[in-house]
Amino acid sequence: MAGGGAVALGADGVATIPLVRGGESYHSLTTVELPDLRRQGHKTSSPVARVSQANPGLVARDLARSGAARQALEALSVAELIAICKRAGELFLNDDLPLGGARQSVDDYLRQLSATTGMPRAMARANMGKVHYVLDQMATVLGGLTRGLDLSLLDRGYGEQGGRAISYRRQSDLLGAVLPSNSPGVHSLWLPAIALKVGLAIKPGRQEPWTPYRLAQALLAAGCPRAAIGFYPTSHAGAAEILQRCGRSLLFGDAKTVGSWAGDERVQLHGPGWSKVVLDEEAAAEWPVYLDLLAASVADNGGRSCINASGVWTARNSRALATGLAERLAAIEARALDDPQAALAAMASREAAQALSDYIDARLGGGAVDLSAEARVARGGNASRVAEADGCAFLLPTVIHCESPDHPLAQAEFLFPFVSVVEVAGSELARRIGASLVVTALTRDPELRADLIASPFVERLNLGPIPTSHVTWDQPHEGNLFSHLYRQRALQDVPFGAVA
Amino acid sequence: MAAGWSDPPLGRWVPKGLADQPLYVFETGGSTGLPKSRINIRDFQTDYELFSETLSCDSFPRGSDWLMLGPTGPRRLRLAIEHLAQHRGGVAFHVDLDPRWVNKLIGRGEHHEMALYKEHVIDQALKILRAHDSVRCLFTTPKLLEALCEKVSLGKLGIEGIFCGGTEMNAQFHRFAREELVPGIEFIPTYGNTLMGLACSKPFDPAANDYTITYYPPAPRAVFELVDPENTERRVDYGETGRVMLTTLTPEFFMPRFLERDEGERAEPIELYPWDGVSNLRLLSQLSTSVVVGVY
Repeated sequence: MAGGGAVALGADGVATIPLVRGGESYHSLTTVELPDLRRQGHKTSSPVARVSQANPGLVARDLARSGAARQALEALSVAELIAICKRAGELFLNDDLPLGGARQSVDDYLRQLSATTGMPRAMARANMGKVHYVLDQMATVLGGLTRGLDLSLLDRGYGEQGGRAISYRRQSDLLGAVLPSNSPGVHSLWLPAIALKVGLAIKPGRQEPWTPYRLAQALLAAGCPRAAIGFYPTSHAGAAEILQRCGRSLLFGDAKTVGSWAGDERVQLHGPGWSKVVLDEEAAAEWPVYLDLLAASVADNGGRSCINASGVWTARNSRALATGLAERLAAIEARALDDPQAALAAMASREAAQALSDYIDARLGGGAVDLSAEARVARGGNASRVAEADGCAFLLPTVIHCESPDHPLAQAEFLFPFVSVVEVAGSELARRIGASLVVTALTRDPELRADLIASPFVERLNLGPIPTSHVTWDQPHEGNLFSHLYRQRALQDVPFGAVA
Repeated sequence: MAAGWSDPPLGRWVPKGLADQPLYVFETGGSTGLPKSRINIRDFQTDYELFSETLSCDSFPRGSDWLMLGPTGPRRLRLAIEHLAQHRGGVAFHVDLDPRWVNKLIGRGEHHEMALYKEHVIDQALKILRAHDSVRCLFTTPKLLEALCEKVSLGKLGIEGIFCGGTEMNAQFHRFAREELVPGIEFIPTYGNTLMGLACSKPFDPAANDYTITYYPPAPRAVFELVDPENTERRVDYGETGRVMLTTLTPEFFMPRFLERDEGERAEPIELYPWDGVSNLRLLSQLSTSVVVGVY
């Protein structure tokens, strides 16, 4: 590609993140600076990174040549690609990898990621482990996505399984991935594309180019065909080019962003999760037993994931449960990003934290009360939901008791440990919960279980005491990437001379 | 003149000496609110005749025809490009595009409709380019140039010079155009508007490999100053960022100290244009969240 000369760390020591076009670095003349969230208000502080921005036409131009990715990936077997993923996982977890013209160590990566996204370093490290697991155990992950398909079948395009002829056709040369900044764990969702012989056109979240870029470099260093890797930090218009031009894409965003692509079968939508824990009469009677599970569901990973519960829907005892959960979560405090005990991620700014807090306060009343402020005060803390540490602003865990499932806060979701506890009659639970990425159902009631199993609203269903945030990798997650990328079709192949 | 001043008949603003001339009225883009209207008698022709002098006859051959692919409607642009073509001995073919409709489609998230509309516009352009070998020169916008280049090689279709306008054009686009979209074709970025006329860009020097776009106003008909957005009495230093403040004075129109919606860095005079210019022109950062530009 033209003009791809390496530019190392700027003279000022700021990291430089280029585009990746067909596996090669390209330094755009348009860059965006990523500030260190801990140095806000310090006008003189230098940014953590300058991120090259792709003009939309550049993205469009590259995507028009997706045939190169297809040819390069078709030349390798799924088994070989799985081996590349495994090597890439090792490199991602342990090695220095290219970053612009410089090298990035694991410590650099964690420090940079933490500084621009506000995620505590220890949490970033845990997410790194999740992402590594998916690369390392790609065969298991693909087994889960394909429900045990003999993967060599994808090399040949067809074959036999269980005595039946079976064939899959790839739906796209490239997978577009328009990604969020909330948590690096999310990148485990698109990684299987390479092993499934589909190239990547990645648009990272604005604050979190770090993980996808490092993954791209790890894949390239592990022998992934260069033509299969595209990395394009870009504008909304550039993202639209990816979604319009890739035969298949993943789109992460808020309800409005994903809404405008609803109904386009090429785009798998990942909007708010609205994940929930549901308790029937029996479970609600013994709610203290489930406090650990509830707290983990709400607050794991800083409450930043779509699989974090934003609702607890219970057939009874809602007020007592909400009070108990508020007391439990009040133990979580704002801490410095490099504190190993840190359990909250920093918000983008003091103003953003305050605005979100005000937004919540403005919706209280009408049967909705915040029980966390009182719980914090009871522990000798401050009533304020906004807290500061390490130069960053945080929102403290917030438990709202909602008398009605129709209250606006009953179906709210925010980027911090926020949960509404709602009381709904047991017979109504399955009907009322609404769209939910994950539902953990604490019930032995056969009727409720059957209703939830049949529910079109529930994407992932945990029957029994499993936190919503607990993911098993041998099962599809948030839509099935394999069925998004491949379509089953009929194929008959008989030898010549056997004409009927 | 600004909207709201338009209650009296527009003729009131025409200098007495020109009162018997045919009067045009053109609208600005309207990206910052209500479109503003400007009366015009011959200015747009003069502006484009002067601009014509800066075009090389190698890349924009005299006597060749033009394709004008961009917004027409109530704007000056259509008539201006047509006049430019006529002035250079050719004709201009036109394809219309309605940017205000595109803006609405963006607002509603109608990606599919937008793609169809773009295709509709590009199809018309391709028909003209394929039917008329005489077309050697092109006016278009960055987005439409990208869309066109996706379908055809403009060089193979005989295009020798491209004149491209739009404030969303930045150094990266300039480089992308020269390196990848239209290598070997003369590419001239311009900054024009209804109030000022047409600013010329500092000629590109391949040896310097500097894609920064610097515009110089058509002095003495129009000048701009780069001023402190917080204190428009203060002119910023060379290299410092400021808001564009435009003053236009022609025999038919006087508009003093008009604050544009754009900002950039104050640039030093060059030999070709020995007066102040502006580099890296872009939408004023304080407006950039509320205004959609460059949709076409």
